Amino acid sequence: MTTLSNRRGWGFWLQLGFTLLVCALMTVPVVMSMLAGLTANYFVGLKSGLTLRWVEEVWRVYAGTILLSLQVAVACLACTLALGVPTAYALARRPGRFARLAEELLMMPVAIPGLATALALIVTYGGIGDLRSSWLFILIGHVLFTLPFMVRAVLAVMASTDLKTLEEGAASLGAGFLRRFLTIVLPNCRSGILAGSLMVLTLSVGEFNLTWLLHTPLTKTLPVGLADAYASLRIEIGSAYTLLFFLMIVPGLILLQALARRGRPDA
Amino acid sequence: MPDSFHLDAVPVRLEGCSKTWPGGARALEPLDLAIHGGETIVFLGPSGCGKTTTLRLIAGLESPDPGGRVLFGDEDVTALPIERRNVGMVFQSYALFPNMTVAENVAYGLKVRKVSRGERAARVGEMLDLMHLGEFAGRRIDQLSGGQRQRVALARALVVRPRVLLLDEPLTALDAKLRDSLRLEIDRLLRTLGITAVYVTHDQGEAMALGDRIVVMARGRVAQVGTPREIYYQPADGFVADFIGTMNRLSGRVGGGRLAVGRTSLPWPAPDGPVELLVRPEDLALADGEADGHLDGRVAAAVFLGDRTRLVVEPPDGPALTVDTAGRSDLARGDRVWLRVDPARLLAVP
Repeated sequence: MTTLSNRRGWGFWLQLGFTLLVCALMTVPVVMSMLAGLTANYFVGLKSGLTLRWVEEVWRVYAGTILLSLQVAVACLACTLALGVPTAYALARRPGRFARLAEELLMMPVAIPGLATALALIVTYGGIGDLRSSWLFILIGHVLFTLPFMVRAVLAVMASTDLKTLEEGAASLGAGFLRRFLTIVLPNCRSGILAGSLMVLTLSVGEFNLTWLLHTPLTKTLPVGLADAYASLRIEIGSAYTLLFFLMIVPGLILLQALARRGRPDA
Repeated sequence: MPDSFHLDAVPVRLEGCSKTWPGGARALEPLDLAIHGGETIVFLGPSGCGKTTTLRLIAGLESPDPGGRVLFGDEDVTALPIERRNVGMVFQSYALFPNMTVAENVAYGLKVRKVSRGERAARVGEMLDLMHLGEFAGRRIDQLSGGQRQRVALARALVVRPRVLLLDEPLTALDAKLRDSLRLEIDRLLRTLGITAVYVTHDQGEAMALGDRIVVMARGRVAQVGTPREIYYQPADGFVADFIGTMNRLSGRVGGGRLAVGRTSLPWPAPDGPVELLVRPEDLALADGEADGHLDGRVAAAVFLGDRTRLVVEPPDGPALTVDTAGRSDLARGDRVWLRVDPARLLAVP
């Protein structure tokens, strides 16, 4: 590497500077926001002192939204796993015009604005029993929106492994369908399943468009509460809220990344 | 070698097996074939000839069109899916499970068969030793070379003591040198085990070296079934002759029980008329001179191959002839030569 570093010209430093600048551009507002949530008085600035008062306040008022968001995210992950993995498998094993069409249709909820999807859900299913006021209504919206990401992630890995031949090999050794699916298909799609899970969790926790229309005062999720807080309360409270959001989502992301890395055969 | 390595020699019979794809394309014309117990039969042909389809019919990965039957011994297995046929299968792309170690791959079929842990370990160990893979037991598949992978695949297929071993172009993905050594190893293995084996390849060298019998296929049909010698020396038609080895074509004319070839005529019991004759390069010889030569021509190319020199001779009329002569030949391009034809080695094929 020393020979390389000797040859570092102005191009290298220019690129490094640019990269750092972009990083700063993205992280500074986040850090500022988190600091704001810990500052006693944002308009006075940091010299007003650091406090956990706002975080406590947020927890007191919005704990319910945070727990509901987690609940929805986990349930959404369970649903997309149960629906998405078999769907991806079916699409991967039966390539053809029909499968491509199904794949395109599946992407529709991503292409259509969340508000429109939410409105369609309300018009179509809003009248069924207590569904409209249940958290399950939000779950349905989230599953609809995140399912394509799970299917795509799993499908990409399935398409890059010769699943058909692997399964034929297992079948020749006497393994029936269920055993093949559990011992060959799932383990070899692990990286795709983990990537999809990561995507689904983060999308669900942060989803606002759909949820904003689907929620009721009793079924507020974290992003909806956050919008509330920013719109009607002190900026410190909104920022403390953001801080809690990060505390919640970052460990999960790190854990899933670590799992995904361990799943790779070369690790 | 322990007795447990000797496997049952189950005969396989195909009766009226054809295969039509859902789109209507015919992959295989109705085929009747009896494979003897313990025999190694090689399906040989260009791609798309139906050889792999036939293998997959025997495996149970495809089912024949209605009316076709596949029998293992006296048992009709036509309706059984592959997982209930007890076959061993080796694929061109190895199909080893990347999520398992070498030993786990080999143990997979035993686990499916609920073989006890102790016996499993013993049989896997035995099999890995037989395939010289003992030291790789704990390796992941992506840490193995192509040759090692295919040996693992063989071990995995054989450890369950299958009724039939099916090999689908197992050497095609390997480089030439490895292909030769693994081919020898497969040959040794098949002879030792005494298992019925069906081997699919497009490589005639592999077919000749491994097959007790060869089934040459073309466009969904069987062109010829025979031992390697029969296929080589008595090809059933022009396709088989051209596909196996190098073959020269001579045009002649039969008249009054004699065949006119080049400047000479030979006794030839056949109806009058033009004939096309085939002759192998090693069955043409250089004559001492015009007096005992049948055909003349000029050397267009002389390729020294070490043990022999391969000449391409252009007659004044007709296509060029390939002739094998002694390695120490000093003929060069442009030399005039006379060739002798042994009438017993001439083949007239439809």
